Amino acid sequence: MDNLQLLISGLANGCVYGLIALGFVLIYKATEAVNFAQGDFMMLGAFVTIGLTNTEYMGLPFWMALPLSMGLMALLGYLLDRFVIRRMFGESQTSVVILTIALGFVIRFFAGLIWGHEPQTLQNPLAGKELAFGGLVLGMEDVAVIVVTLLLTWGLYVFFSKTKLGLAMQGASQNQLAAYYMGIPVKRVQGLIWALAGVVACVAGILFAAKGSVDPNAGLMGIKAFAAAVIGGFGSLPGALAGGLIVGVIEPFASRYIAAGYSQIAPYALLLAVLIFRPHGLFSQVRVKKV
Amino acid sequence: MRIVFKTDYMQDIRPWKDGYQLSLYLLLLVAVVIAPWVLDDFYLGELTNVLIWAIAGLGLMVLTGHTGQASLGHAAFLAFGCYANIILIEAGVPFMLAFPLAGLITGLVGVIVAIPALRLHGVYLAIATLAMSILVDDIIVLTEPWTGGVGGKYAPAVNVFGIMIDRWSTPKEFYWLTLAVTVIVTLGYINLLRAPLGRSFIAVRDSEVSAQAMGIDVSRTKAISFGLSCAVTGLAGALMGLYATAFNNETFSVVISIQLLMMIVIGGLGSIHGAFFGAIVIGFLPQFLSISKEYVGAVFGGSTVAIPGLEFGIFGMILIAFILFEPMGIYGRWLKIRTWFELFPFYRKDMFKRQKSYLKTERLR
Amino acid sequence: MSLLELENVTLKFGGLTAVDDLSFSVEEGEVFAIVGPNGAGKSTVFNLISRFYDPYAGKIRFDGHDLLKVKPSGVAAYGVARTFQNIELFEHATVLQNLLVGRHRHRQTNLLSEIFFTPSAKRQEMENREKVEEIIDFLDLQAYRDKMIAGLPYGVRKVVEVARALATDPKLLLLDEPASGLSVEETTDMRWWIDDIRRQMGITVLMVEHDMGLVSGVSDRVLAMADGAKLALGTPAEVQAHPAVIEAYLGKAS
Repeated sequence: MDNLQLLISGLANGCVYGLIALGFVLIYKATEAVNFAQGDFMMLGAFVTIGLTNTEYMGLPFWMALPLSMGLMALLGYLLDRFVIRRMFGESQTSVVILTIALGFVIRFFAGLIWGHEPQTLQNPLAGKELAFGGLVLGMEDVAVIVVTLLLTWGLYVFFSKTKLGLAMQGASQNQLAAYYMGIPVKRVQGLIWALAGVVACVAGILFAAKGSVDPNAGLMGIKAFAAAVIGGFGSLPGALAGGLIVGVIEPFASRYIAAGYSQIAPYALLLAVLIFRPHGLFSQVRVKKV
Repeated sequence: MRIVFKTDYMQDIRPWKDGYQLSLYLLLLVAVVIAPWVLDDFYLGELTNVLIWAIAGLGLMVLTGHTGQASLGHAAFLAFGCYANIILIEAGVPFMLAFPLAGLITGLVGVIVAIPALRLHGVYLAIATLAMSILVDDIIVLTEPWTGGVGGKYAPAVNVFGIMIDRWSTPKEFYWLTLAVTVIVTLGYINLLRAPLGRSFIAVRDSEVSAQAMGIDVSRTKAISFGLSCAVTGLAGALMGLYATAFNNETFSVVISIQLLMMIVIGGLGSIHGAFFGAIVIGFLPQFLSISKEYVGAVFGGSTVAIPGLEFGIFGMILIAFILFEPMGIYGRWLKIRTWFELFPFYRKDMFKRQKSYLKTERLR
Repeated sequence: MSLLELENVTLKFGGLTAVDDLSFSVEEGEVFAIVGPNGAGKSTVFNLISRFYDPYAGKIRFDGHDLLKVKPSGVAAYGVARTFQNIELFEHATVLQNLLVGRHRHRQTNLLSEIFFTPSAKRQEMENREKVEEIIDFLDLQAYRDKMIAGLPYGVRKVVEVARALATDPKLLLLDEPASGLSVEETTDMRWWIDDIRRQMGITVLMVEHDMGLVSGVSDRVLAMADGAKLALGTPAEVQAHPAVIEAYLGKAS
């Protein structure tokens, strides 16, 4: 029973990692950029929602604050692409990486300036409620996290593999110039993807702040989500979620069965092992650059 | 307008273009050598810090700026150099031997790390090195018998040619020691860049396939670059330990890795100057911020309470501005200004324009 | 003995046969051209010789050595140099540095002698520079010596790539579409240069080219390929008149 409890809380954590990883993968799939600030997006989404809904700030009704904060994050993602990322068109991947790391610093700074550095929790209708199955007691937040994450991943997966816009987005990533010639509005598609990544980050942030507490440095968790994305193979949405779940579950079990310090080490050790033995993730095949 | 007429191949092979340039650099050298008599101990300490960061920057520049392999984990090698140096000294090895040994060992570790890391490209390498940097923090804690764990270690005074040097009681001597290391590393770097190996780094950076077709063994070249980079970083780490005098697992956290990479980007990737310019920014930004904060407080009557994260926030903004508007960093801007004066009045706006490639994809899937 | 021999070489990518049981040989001192429609496997043949791909079956011999036994970076050491269809220069280096990289296979120094820049390293640099200057003179690149590749026009880049390949002092030069994207004048220049490379420098040339004017102007023998297999082999006139070639290019006469 104890192990089951560990597993559930690990899965709930893993869902948040998975959602951040989903943001990485979305942007990577569509623009081939890697957004190291995705974790900070998540943190910002959490704080925006807290700012809208918590009583000490604006105190809006919870269900009104949700779409509003998602809209704000979408706008932020779009504007970011429009005014910053788009100028990097054709620059090397590494420059974009460094740019987004710097962006993370800036977001963290402003979040600290506005909301302070104390950990805060999102006030939400599910807080404190529990769900009991026999001897198993589950926090409603944990259940909500898992359900929302599964739904979101499934929705995005369908969007990318079935809808016209989703396919256009994929095309835009594989060859920007060719996609452009094919009549895909590459720039607009990229903007939309960044907006979408903003929304996903916001959802992750809301879930994260609802089941625990968030402070400006929570964005650093993005690094762990990164491990999740790589373990899942960086190019696939379900893979990202799977990677997130693996990382989420491995942490509590490592600290329980090896030693307390190992919950930190385990995800990165796994990441390195994956990179060395299966450089393109657990769920993918490899091709070589053509000359 | 200044034009250098070339009449001898040596003009391209030797590190300076003409006597004018050589005398400028000699002047700079004289200035930094006599600095301890001009500056007070506080600013001398800051200058020492800048030089140490510059050495670390040179180390990373070899790998990232010239070989094109981005590492977000060089704090791990700073840590390794630092601990290796102190552990050797504590074991009774004299500093003059322990210091180069620390560099050598770190270089060897770098080569060993490079062997699996070589299979990774671009972002994947950055992620792997990032993970490594995070792991090193924990590894230092786990290997407490050697590293002192969270409690950390203290750097003793070191013996250099019979003179006992430590940062607090002999700041001048410590500065000169750092300066000497900086000069030696820089000269070695310059030499490398004008020799086949340095060119093969650049070749690997710009096109692996054609480097291969020119007979350059890409994996070997990357491994050598990794090794050299880590060796120099290890030396910087050893000096950093002596400079900090006390250090533990958090001294070389992953943030330092990120800062180091950002530093050379701001300075200008692919140039020796870039490492120095970047180090100056990193070293003096905190001072500059605290001075300007006091100034703002005095003029507008605001409070002078510390704003946490301000330094990183400003740093991030500077970096974004550079990547967007001057991807070649401070050194790139410097080159443009210099060329403007040299060619006056014939400078054209598009002289440094680069063609962008829109087709290139680094993705393999 | 021929300089380069391919014997029953086959290469498959998954289910697709890119090169199908191909055999041909290049004699010392000739200019040998490979022609064929897009996707015929011409560049793939080059990439096989450069060892970027491992053939599925067959043998590749160069100058008596079994090329399949060496690493991709070892091919240059035997004296094979090449250019690339999409130009693979070192973008953020000067023309001079690019050509000096071509001298890499003649490196005598090691890590230490380079870090200390010993007299032998210096001597080597002088020698390399002399060789490179000969090539700069030969291909008229003096004006671009200290220019960054990133700022050069396309036509000049093409020439720099040939120059870099020549700097390796090769026995065999592989030119992958040397005239593609060049203007008429530039193509004419390229034609004379290829001729001079063979006559003055005594270097054997193997090229892939679409421009039939250039091909018939400089080549001694031509191999026509389609779908990875040999269609015809002979003098330019013979190949152009070959019924299979005409069919591959123009389709079956109805």
